[in-house]
Amino acid sequence: MAYERSESTGAGDGADTSALALKILVAGGFGVGKTTLVGAVSEIRPLRTEEQLSRAGELVDDTGGVDQKTTTTVAMDFGRITIRSGLSLYLFGTPGQDRFWFLWDELSQGALGAVVLADTRRLEDCFPAVDYFEHRKIPFVVAVNCFTGARTYGAHDVSRALDLDRGTPVVLCDARDRDSGKEVLIRLVEYAGRMHTARLLDSVG
Amino acid sequence: MNDDSGGERPSVPGSQWYDAEAGPLVRPYAMTGGRTKPGPSNVRFDLIALVVVDDEPPGPAEEALLGPEHRSLLTLCRAETQSVAELAADADLPVGVVRVLLGDLLESGFVRVSRPVPPAQLPDERILREVIDGLRAL
Ligand SMILES: Nc1nc2c(ncn2[C@@H]2O[C@H](COP(=O)(O)OP(=O)(O)OP(=O)(O)O)[C@@H](O)[C@H]2O)c(=O)[nH]1
Ligand SMILES: [Mg+2]
Repeated sequence: MAYERSESTGAGDGADTSALALKILVAGGFGVGKTTLVGAVSEIRPLRTEEQLSRAGELVDDTGGVDQKTTTTVAMDFGRITIRSGLSLYLFGTPGQDRFWFLWDELSQGALGAVVLADTRRLEDCFPAVDYFEHRKIPFVVAVNCFTGARTYGAHDVSRALDLDRGTPVVLCDARDRDSGKEVLIRLVEYAGRMHTARLLDSVG
Repeated sequence: MNDDSGGERPSVPGSQWYDAEAGPLVRPYAMTGGRTKPGPSNVRFDLIALVVVDDEPPGPAEEALLGPEHRSLLTLCRAETQSVAELAADADLPVGVVRVLLGDLLESGFVRVSRPVPPAQLPDERILREVIDGLRAL
């Protein structure tokens, strides 16, 4: 039976009564510093998902009609940043290997945006991630992890080399450094905000 | 019967709730009773879907019937509103298993699970401003 429910508590905006969770992905090639970055800005915890190998495509090509489903465990980096009570940022570092692409489809759903980590010594490793987010129109920034010993390139060079859309931010960072990692996230959130506003304006004509 | 229809549930502004009718999810392990097959209408809880204990949960008798994994999830939820991902990390269980267990807890009325708000539907830009300021202050 329906009962009257007083909506008087915080009726005005109600913002503080609804918990909000925002998702940010950290992607990039193998060993580029994803785990390091997530760990620098949040308390990192490993997250296990189990996936059927057959979903990963090419992996099993010789099943030979054997009805055997192999389940593999995929570990992701997972970190939470509490902005305030009821507002948290969740970071997910996705495995670098290509065969775990399918994980991204789920992760990227409803994501606020993504950080694509790049290493200028093997810039091509981040092409797939760049393509992925561009195609799905998910706001992303490219964060160049400046490993010692790597020649430093300017953000412009990287932007050109990656043939990024105009406006896609490129940030030089040190994934081990908390402030540097924070700056990367800030740039992403700012950019995501601009992208969403632009789309909103587009959609109203 | 379930009289969950309409707006009788107090709804939290800005979130939607998965309903019990959506049914359980992928069920790959023994602790899930060997259930592995998702039905056609099944929803996968998002990793950042938030889980809260229901404000009118079943009684202690029913709770006593829950398995240890169900109960440990419930304990975690009671401590604090948790995301699906956090529950999996804290309980040290694979995400798929946690999804199944949560599906059970949802069906039996112990918890409620909120659908995350897509960024495109964020109430306003102030939220992102808040996030930026919060990050700076970290
Ligand atoms: N010198 C230097 N080393 C770094 C930096 N970032 C990461 N490393 C090191 O590089 C190695 C790989 O970093 P990870 O954070 O594990 O890389 P990842 O992207 O998570 O790797 P996968 O998950 O295996 O793809 C580690 O030994 C880090 O300590 C950096 O900015 N400078
Ligand atoms: Mg890693």
